[in-house]
Amino acid sequence: MRWTGRSLRRFEDPALVRGLGRFVADVADQHRGTLHAAFVRSPVPAGEIRSIEAPPGAPVLTAESFPGIRTMCARLDRPDFVALETPVLASDAVRHPGEPVALVVAGSRAEAEDLAEQVVVDIEATRPVLDATAATDPDAPTVHAGLDMPMGNNVVLDARFATEGLEAAFEEADEIVALDIRAHRQNALPIEARGALAAHDRGTGRTTLTAANQMPHMLRTALADILDIGEAELRVVTPEVGGAFGQKMCVPREYVALVAAARLLGATIAWIEDRSENLLASWHSRDHSYLLRGAFNRSGMLLGLDADIVCNIGAYSNYPVTFGVEPLMAMAELPGPYRLSQYRVRSRAVTTNMCPIAPYRGVSRPVLTLAMERLMDTAARRLDLDPVEIRRANLVSEFPYSMPTGLPVDPGSYVETLDAAVEALDLEGFRRRQQQAAAEGRYLGVGFSVFGERTGYGTPAFAARAMEITPGYETVQLEMNPSGDVTARIGASPHGQGLATALSQLLADELGVEPRQVAVVHGDTDTTPYGWGTFASRSMVIAGGAAKLAAERLAAQLREIAAHHLEASPDDIRLEDGSAVVAGTSVGVTLPEIARIAHHSSHLLPAPMEPGLSVSATYDPGGTFSNACHAAVVEVDPDTGHVRLERFVVIADAGLEVNPMIVEGQIHGGVTQGIANALYEELVTDDDGNLLTASLMDFLPPTVCEVPLIEVTHVQTITDASITGAKGVGEGGAIGAPAAVLNAISDALSPLGIEVDEMPATPSRVRELIRRAQSTTTGGPT
Amino acid sequence: MSQRRVELTLTVNGQRYEAAVEPRKTLADTLREDCGLTGTHLGCEHGVCGACTVLVDDEPVRSCLMFAVQCGSQAIRTVEGLADGDRLHPIQQAFWEHHGLQCGFCTPGFLMLATSVLESRPDIGDEELREVLASNLCRCTGYQNIITSVHAARDQMRS
Ligand code: FES
Ligand code: FES
Repeated sequence: MRWTGRSLRRFEDPALVRGLGRFVADVADQHRGTLHAAFVRSPVPAGEIRSIEAPPGAPVLTAESFPGIRTMCARLDRPDFVALETPVLASDAVRHPGEPVALVVAGSRAEAEDLAEQVVVDIEATRPVLDATAATDPDAPTVHAGLDMPMGNNVVLDARFATEGLEAAFEEADEIVALDIRAHRQNALPIEARGALAAHDRGTGRTTLTAANQMPHMLRTALADILDIGEAELRVVTPEVGGAFGQKMCVPREYVALVAAARLLGATIAWIEDRSENLLASWHSRDHSYLLRGAFNRSGMLLGLDADIVCNIGAYSNYPVTFGVEPLMAMAELPGPYRLSQYRVRSRAVTTNMCPIAPYRGVSRPVLTLAMERLMDTAARRLDLDPVEIRRANLVSEFPYSMPTGLPVDPGSYVETLDAAVEALDLEGFRRRQQQAAAEGRYLGVGFSVFGERTGYGTPAFAARAMEITPGYETVQLEMNPSGDVTARIGASPHGQGLATALSQLLADELGVEPRQVAVVHGDTDTTPYGWGTFASRSMVIAGGAAKLAAERLAAQLREIAAHHLEASPDDIRLEDGSAVVAGTSVGVTLPEIARIAHHSSHLLPAPMEPGLSVSATYDPGGTFSNACHAAVVEVDPDTGHVRLERFVVIADAGLEVNPMIVEGQIHGGVTQGIANALYEELVTDDDGNLLTASLMDFLPPTVCEVPLIEVTHVQTITDASITGAKGVGEGGAIGAPAAVLNAISDALSPLGIEVDEMPATPSRVRELIRRAQSTTTGGPT
Repeated sequence: MSQRRVELTLTVNGQRYEAAVEPRKTLADTLREDCGLTGTHLGCEHGVCGACTVLVDDEPVRSCLMFAVQCGSQAIRTVEGLADGDRLHPIQQAFWEHHGLQCGFCTPGFLMLATSVLESRPDIGDEELREVLASNLCRCTGYQNIITSVHAARDQMRS
């Protein structure tokens, strides 16, 4: 009986449901004598700092308090890139609202916040620039004055790619569809905001940072580099982490300041971000615009694609993946699963006086999928084709396929998932219902979204972006203890994904033990191998791959010892049910017996085997694509602009599913965030740069009442691009849903000639489109 | 600025806790810092997310919106009080079995909210239950398995 493929209950859960999980704030509150920090932040988006005045004797730390500290600066090694340096605390200029200027330390959080309010920062406000397109104007304020900007004012990346026959493709076209796609600013919004606890041990000279974070090893390296101290002086621990979705991946300035303060004061200091700070000045996300032109022939074949992508990356770069991740991913992956030979793209990153951007679930893919899927639907309407037919005609169905950018696409089920979605929806039946509803003056619509999600980015994929810090591989160390149980130490850093459970299923199958005998250790730089953490739907692909490789090594060693002991050939030994048995016989030895020999009677081991049962393996794949088709059915209320989701169908192909329950949970959560991104969530700023959505009264994540039943069907295409067969599933839900929802709204409102190209499609935006459409058709406002 | 502290006794999960707190200190912070009960989480501290939900005299309240000094005479229940020793409460068991949690940060709030509604209205219908559960936010699960879990617990608690 195999454990892989079974919906095993998660080992993570009993502690969590009892309130015994330890999140960073819990660690801080349970530690006696913890001091608390609060940050003094810039109230304006742009300005010069004149002075910082604190009440006499108040423990206020500014940039001056940390003379040796370096700026944070991650780079791409490419000529079209301008590196931006981030000071840990602003000292001369402030460049976005909420930028940290000083750090206050007190005995409690309330006292720290009181003190922070008494710090007076005299800032001479200057004119900000908030919009990316406006920022490229030569007359716009320059966010990083004094920095050479050879590609244009505030343009910090300007990447281009073109195939030769693009112009010809457009000349040949029967229909050219032009779109202006906008994805507004959002926030990943983990329910646990960010937070960290820095504890300096004056005895050992080491500092431990316990932090809500996805990349503990990277964080340790960054802290050492920025603070100019040895990496051995630091330990980073990620305890339970209350969701992250990318927001806890990059290195926050606040964590660096906290470690510096703890070392300076020889103290234990916590900083637990509040929700308003989180909305204002954690990392923001999206804020992309795409000008897109698609050349189609009469039968709907896409002949050429021309895109101009602008990403508003805010005031600084994130660290370590840089702001380049957004525009570069967008340009590399825009064509998606559609056959295309002619492609031209320009993709820019523009710095503004907005909060910096960091990856959020799906990174650029929710927007690039929105762009391509809106293109397909708009083209279908113009050419009087069925949206399903135009997709079928263009989708990749022969593998391996290579995108015009050279990106290889491994086998997937693009057409198959589309067909399955059509069937699950009963599209014909829906179209009849839609017509009946239309006769009653109701607006029903259906929208599809077909996409590939590039996952398992190994080092080669990241190296293509010329990243100075190139992530990719994962290492897993496996040890069978003398009792026969297994400890797996991983560099990945799960935070809600149930990876410990899924990996133990995988390992149990390889080693012939039960999953509960496998302890997965993660999130502690002192006890786990260097790795890149958990992000980008990578952990089951890459950490899973490394676990499988390590398990094969350990299994080989176990077989060899068993063979020696049983006087058989290692090839004849099978590991099953906790024993090593000679195939076809009942002769065997239990794994605990082998483990005892290896650890406690190592003189009995076959020469020249070393004592112990400890192996390590690294996996660094080239990358794979999982894929899915999402389909949404909506009803739009034309009077209020409100969109009600009636159905949401997902046909998902994430390759091998180690634990289908966990896979489905990831899809539910991803789709829900995608729906939220499509309809509700937006960080709104006024013309002066003030955030108008600084609480959950204004920034609106959906509740259970806004989310329909998500109907998931699983397809599993196994390819050799991933050694476990798993393709990754963390982001897909969020990637596909916005396009399905906006296509459905556009379908519903097609009688009014409305195409919805902006997300979120809030009621006011939808109403505005209806108002405009009606005023052009009736000649008067409604 | 710091204020004069008030001595009070809180009864939480049937146990008495002595604390001296500033009048402005919330029930949530008091439970976490003075009683050592960190299972009650804070997701927004302004009354929207429901992560901090506890029961005060069996009614669900946002403990981030209530002051500790308001609770001296009431019986408070938190997530730590749900299980009976090692035996999980049916609602905890249901969340475990039906994958009603991922990161688990919102979970204590949902468990307490669900417990109160299922105790007071064991026959509550699906639609109304949905509306009650819309009091709290979860960012991981998409709610579907939370609903399934609460339905399962309702059936279990009724039988
Ligand atoms: S923390 Fe109390 S409602 Fe969010
Ligand atoms: S399980 Fe993570 S917020 Fe609900």
